Amino acid sequence: MLAKRIIPCLDVRDGKVVKGVNFVGIKEVGDPVEYAAEYARQGADEIVFLDITATHEGRGTMVDVVRRTARQVFVPLTVGGGIRTADDFKELLRAGADKVSVNSVAVRNPDIIREAKVRFGSQCVVVAIDARRKEDGGFTVVVNGGRIDTGVDAVEWAQRAEQLGAGEILLTSMDADGTKAGFDYELLNAICPRLGIPVIASGGCGSLRHFSEVFERTGADAALAASLFHYKELTVGQVKAHLRERGIPARI
Amino acid sequence: MIAVVDYGAGNLFSVTNALDYLGIPSVLTKEPVQLERADGLILPGVGAFPDAMRMLSEQGLTSVLCRQAKQKPFLGICLGMQLMFENSDEFESCDGLSLIDGQVRRLQGGEGLKIPHMGWNELHVQNPCALSQGLEGAYVYFVHSYCAYTSAQRISAYCEYGQKVPGLVYDGSYAFGAQFHPEKSGEAGLQILKNFGALTK
Repeated sequence: MLAKRIIPCLDVRDGKVVKGVNFVGIKEVGDPVEYAAEYARQGADEIVFLDITATHEGRGTMVDVVRRTARQVFVPLTVGGGIRTADDFKELLRAGADKVSVNSVAVRNPDIIREAKVRFGSQCVVVAIDARRKEDGGFTVVVNGGRIDTGVDAVEWAQRAEQLGAGEILLTSMDADGTKAGFDYELLNAICPRLGIPVIASGGCGSLRHFSEVFERTGADAALAASLFHYKELTVGQVKAHLRERGIPARI
Repeated sequence: MIAVVDYGAGNLFSVTNALDYLGIPSVLTKEPVQLERADGLILPGVGAFPDAMRMLSEQGLTSVLCRQAKQKPFLGICLGMQLMFENSDEFESCDGLSLIDGQVRRLQGGEGLKIPHMGWNELHVQNPCALSQGLEGAYVYFVHSYCAYTSAQRISAYCEYGQKVPGLVYDGSYAFGAQFHPEKSGEAGLQILKNFGALTK
C-alpha cells in the first residue's frame, strides 16, 4: 500500500535556510544541505527546497545547494522558486533535483507546464498553488508570496494544471500558513476529489494530531511542514510513528 | 568498476551520486568498449519506452547490452528495468531487450488508485535473490505508469497497488531489474546498490 508522505520544506534564501511566518519576519537558521541530510535520516519521504527570494532577486546559489544535497541525500528532492522557463527545469534536474515546482510563472504562462511535461515528463512537474479564501466563498490563487491576488479560481486552476501535464499539486493555504492551527481541510476537500494527481497539503500544521487529521479528513497524499521540523518541535520520525499508531500507512 | 549506461535518458547523476556515496567506483559511458570492460552495468532510464529503445539502438548499444547482461551483473532501473522485457505497448508496440520473459503494459489502477503510481510502497519478497536481502517490508520509491507482466519465478519482490506490481525482477543469473528507484529509496535503496556492487567484485 502506498505510504502517505511526510515532506519537510526548507525555505532557502541566498543559500541559507530561513523560515518566515506568512512570508514576513524572515529569520536565517542554517545550511540547507545539513538540514536535508538530517531530515532524510529522520525518515523524510521527500525534501522540498523553496527558493523564496528568487522571484525578486535571482537564484544562482540554489543550483549549487541542490548539487551538494543530491550527493548525500537519497530521497526525492523537489526545488521551487524563481523558475522562469523550461530550461530552468533542465538546470535543476541536472543538478540532482527530481522534481521542480512552479508557482507564479505557471499562472502567468501556463504553457510552461505543458512544455516541461513534454521535455522532462509529468513526474517532475509540480505545480504549487497558494490559495486564499474569498469573502464570497471559494478560493482564489495568490502569487508572489501572497502579494498579488490573481483572481483565478483555485479549484479551476488546479484542474487546468493537471490537464496541462502537472504530475502533482503542492497546495498551500495562505489562510492557514503560519497559524499552526491545522491544515486547511476545507481547501483540500475542495481540490483533492477533483484531481487524479497527488496533492501535497501545506500550511497550518502545528501538532502531531494535524498530520493524522489531514489524511483522515482529506484525500491529501502528502503533508508538508517547515517550521515544526526546523525548530525541532517534532521530528519526522515522531510524525511517522503517530501516523502508524493511527493506522495510516507510513514509511518508517 | 560499474558502467552506468549514458544513452541520453534520465537523471544519471542520481545513480552515480549514490554509488559514489557508497564508495563503489563507477563511470558514466556509452562506449561499447567500456561497457565490455566494466565489472557490472547499470541501465537507468526515465521517460518513454520507444524513445529509450530508439536511443539505445541509434547509439549501437542494443546488442552489446544484451551480450553483456549474460556475462556480468546487470541492473536496470525504472524504465531501464522495463527495457529488459520482450516488448511494451507504451504509445506504440515496441520490442525491448528480451533479457527476461514478459511484457510491459499499463498499470491496471482501480478505485482511488492514481496513475502514475508515485511514492513509497512496501516490498514483499517472494523469491529471494542476490539483491533482495533485507527488503521484506522495506518501503521504496516508485514513479511509473507501466509495469512488467512476467512469470512468478522472475519476480523477486513485489508491492501491492491494486495488483501485484513487480518491484525487483531477475533472470535467474546476472540480470536484475528494479521498477523503483534504489537511488531515491533511502537506506533500503542504498542497500540494494551495495548488494549489487558486491556482486561485481
